[in-house]
Amino acid sequence: MSGNYIPSHYLPVISILAFSVLVGLGALIAGLLVRPRRPYEQKLAPYESGNLPVGEPRYRFSVKFYIVAMLFVVFDVEAVFLYPWAVAYDRLGLFGFVEMMIFIVILLVGYVYAWKKGALTWE
Amino acid sequence: MIEFAILILKIAIVIGAVLLHVAYVVYFERKVIGHMQSRLGPMRVGPHGLLQPIADGIKLFFKEDIIPAHADKPIFYIAPVLGVVAALSSFAVIPFWESFHIADINIGLLYILALSSVGSYSIILAGWASNSKYSFLGGLRSSAQVISYEIAMGLSLVGVMMLAGSANLRDIVAAQSGIPFILFQPIAFFVFLMAAIAETNRAPFDMPEAESELVAGYATEYSGMRFGLFFMAEYAGMFVMSAIASVCFLGGWSGPDFWLFAHVPKVVWLLLKIYAFIFFYFWIRATLPRYRYDQLMNLGWKFFIPLALANIVITALIKLAV
Repeated sequence: MSGNYIPSHYLPVISILAFSVLVGLGALIAGLLVRPRRPYEQKLAPYESGNLPVGEPRYRFSVKFYIVAMLFVVFDVEAVFLYPWAVAYDRLGLFGFVEMMIFIVILLVGYVYAWKKGALTWE
Repeated sequence: MIEFAILILKIAIVIGAVLLHVAYVVYFERKVIGHMQSRLGPMRVGPHGLLQPIADGIKLFFKEDIIPAHADKPIFYIAPVLGVVAALSSFAVIPFWESFHIADINIGLLYILALSSVGSYSIILAGWASNSKYSFLGGLRSSAQVISYEIAMGLSLVGVMMLAGSANLRDIVAAQSGIPFILFQPIAFFVFLMAAIAETNRAPFDMPEAESELVAGYATEYSGMRFGLFFMAEYAGMFVMSAIASVCFLGGWSGPDFWLFAHVPKVVWLLLKIYAFIFFYFWIRATLPRYRYDQLMNLGWKFFIPLALANIVITALIKLAV
């Protein structure tokens, strides 16, 4: 079973995606029929503990979030490379082990560099 | 055609069960936490408050759907639906017992991880589209947290895939027919459990909705059924994570095979394991105070990721030696 790609196996996946979209939208549309709609200005204002909103809501935020996002891309791609290796590990033997250790060591160098540079530190 | 009808029926049964689960797990949570704090929990609606989830659900339908004047409307509309779709679609690959599963694909685990990433989109889009300070901060924090812990979670499952030689959840259960993987992969189990709590934004890692500082985080501006959809996504996500933990580490639907136990339907064992995990979630919430955000990110990046990587190397070494 493992190893073959059969597109028809994905029909259930597409069906459940469609079904859950229907559930989500259905809950909202069913509510549309019974719920009240009485908007006025104060009700539609953004919540700020009862005060009038001050300034722009989308103000500048810490550059840390961007760094985390970049590191995530690096490490997530690494994880994706590890999956096929893990599944086929029994068949790869020593060769697969050495190859992946080299890959992990290269990544660790980057990881240690990011750590030393303070990219992982939040204050 | 008849196969397709059976498929749709299966999906309807699973999704229906999940929706019922979501309603009653909230009741379960309130009861558990109530008793842990020497309270009774909900008692008014029906005997021992058993009708409380129904009343809550009906109330959500009748609540006004307030859309802030400055919100980014299309994104504001679809964000909760996206979250629900991501959470409910994950159930496609979970094997409930030997012959009951919706989709049998060879990349089951990858599919679940991919959908949990899609779920984080719903959070950041909701935070962005609300155009409110609390929502914006909640969305940002949550997405940074979710992507950080997703790496640890993804890496912790690599050990399981190495032992099973497959990413298909049915194969993983079959590979544990003797001994559950928790005995071979205790480190991975620990990392997965903690990452799953952070991934579903549960206490003590519920930073994005830290009510003492961010009101309701990314869901601050949401009301009525749209808020209900976020709730649904969170509790369905908890169920998915518990199911993955049961399937990958505790042997899924397999149970003791002697005496009277052999006659118990397989799905009961799976549900017992899943609800044990869900009880564990509530227990932790009642016991531990919330982490600080910098502590949370440090823990994820400086402790769990190296630990998960070390686990992969150790597993590879041992498999090579055996």
